Amino acid sequence: MTSAASRARPGLALLKPAVFSASLLPLGWLVWRIAANDLGPDPAQELAIATGEWTLRFLLITLSLTPLRQLSGRPEFVRVRRMVGLFTLFYAAIHFFVWMSLLLAFRWFAIGEELVERPFISMGFASLLILIALGITSPRAMVRRMGKNWKRLHRLIYPAAIFGVIHLAWILRTDLGEAVLYGSILALLLGYRLWRRFTRSA
Amino acid sequence: MLIKKPSDIQPSEITPESVYRRRREFLRDSAALLAGGAMLPSLAFGQQGDALKAAAPPGLTRTPPASWWEDKFENIAPAPSEEPFYTAESLTPYQDVTRYNNFYEFGMDKSDPSNRSSAFQTDPWSIEISGEVAKPGTYHLEDILKPHDLEERVYRLRCVEAWSMVIPWIGFPLADMIKRFDPTSRARYVEFETIIQPDTMPGIRSPFAIVDWPYREGLRMDEAMNELTFMAVGLYGSFLPAQNGAPIRLVVPWKYGFKSIKSIVRMHFRETQPNTTWNDLQANEYGFYANVNPAVHHPRWRQDTERRLPQTLFSRQIIPTRLFNGYEEQVAHMYQGMDLARYY
Repeated sequence: MTSAASRARPGLALLKPAVFSASLLPLGWLVWRIAANDLGPDPAQELAIATGEWTLRFLLITLSLTPLRQLSGRPEFVRVRRMVGLFTLFYAAIHFFVWMSLLLAFRWFAIGEELVERPFISMGFASLLILIALGITSPRAMVRRMGKNWKRLHRLIYPAAIFGVIHLAWILRTDLGEAVLYGSILALLLGYRLWRRFTRSA
Repeated sequence: MLIKKPSDIQPSEITPESVYRRRREFLRDSAALLAGGAMLPSLAFGQQGDALKAAAPPGLTRTPPASWWEDKFENIAPAPSEEPFYTAESLTPYQDVTRYNNFYEFGMDKSDPSNRSSAFQTDPWSIEISGEVAKPGTYHLEDILKPHDLEERVYRLRCVEAWSMVIPWIGFPLADMIKRFDPTSRARYVEFETIIQPDTMPGIRSPFAIVDWPYREGLRMDEAMNELTFMAVGLYGSFLPAQNGAPIRLVVPWKYGFKSIKSIVRMHFRETQPNTTWNDLQANEYGFYANVNPAVHHPRWRQDTERRLPQTLFSRQIIPTRLFNGYEEQVAHMYQGMDLARYY
């Protein structure tokens, strides 16, 4: 990006490459663990869990960028929002592919049955479909073409995040600690938006 | 009477662990010497019987929980070479059997039980026998094990989470143990309880755990007396590690793994069906019977196939799950006429 801002502050030119590389680190770490045979005796399950968790983390990071900009006054946070959002979709797609290929071995009938019959899987799938829709409409040209509707559509990130947390909580078996952690962060991020909305309009 | 009270064992009779460690180091060193000199390296493992189907890797064998265990493990009858007490399927390696566990008292992750159980105390250990038996009481584990000769059995273990292993257990039939306590005619079920050791079990201290400890399981009497039902005190010819349910656990190979309760401290004989932990938590997902059945899916995942561990990403064994985990011939008669989709 060679905007006026980045020419004025040279550090900004590095912002996107830096965020891009950082976002690839979890994938690199997983690839390294695959190569080092470090995923334990059930690597398929381990990969499914790890990619799912990273999807949720990226989703929460995406949602925290706008509040961070507002609270800090630094526009950099929002400059990388689309990229971090697309990485959310990237990890979600890997998660879905790992599930289809490694856990269900491309048994299409079984995959279809799972998507329909297991509510927690339907929930995760709904979240993925939303992320795909947001991803497709993320190029600048689409933003321009869609006008007001773009913002409406992209509000679906909130249900996508809520579905994601429910998807996690539903698969946990005895200890809800993780779901409580991600759920609290999400509640904080959504709560902040509500609070801001009320205080602004008042 | 064979059974002694725990107080009969003098502390002086118990050899300190350090002494045993030295003995094992000596054995290991001599093994290295023997192997190095190409002199009958098999001698090195003679201690635990050469004829066993499987032995733990020499560097990884466990320290016995107390001195008397060592003698107990000296003569183990090897598994036969045919089903049902043996299967020719590849064994799940010792490292995987002991590092991939569900034992929520130690934590939620599969690696938590092996990583977070080092402080777990298994000696002294006693089991309370109560309810509908002629000889109730609290018995020291040494007295419980005394009359039983240990044997090896190679069983399939199918977890409700759709993975499975093949494990060489060391132990004795539960039926032999139950007979000694003389259950009354009113004993129709037996209930089991896992120890609660909050100081050494971090999972119990988690504020978000939804389990009502202690972990409880149960069997119908005919299931408990079935020839397959096994009390395990070891695996791979060696003492049970904490993460696998030391010092004594149940193994019910035709049921999902959660029925095979670990680290047992109580057995209660009763007339009515006991409450069991998973059934209490989610009755629609985990039945009392929990017989392995590829036709009855768990509400959240399929049960028609299983991932046989260990897997690598490039050699994944996804195999069909068999009714009663392949032990149909031995157990199906107990469920004749029962609707297995209803009594899952």
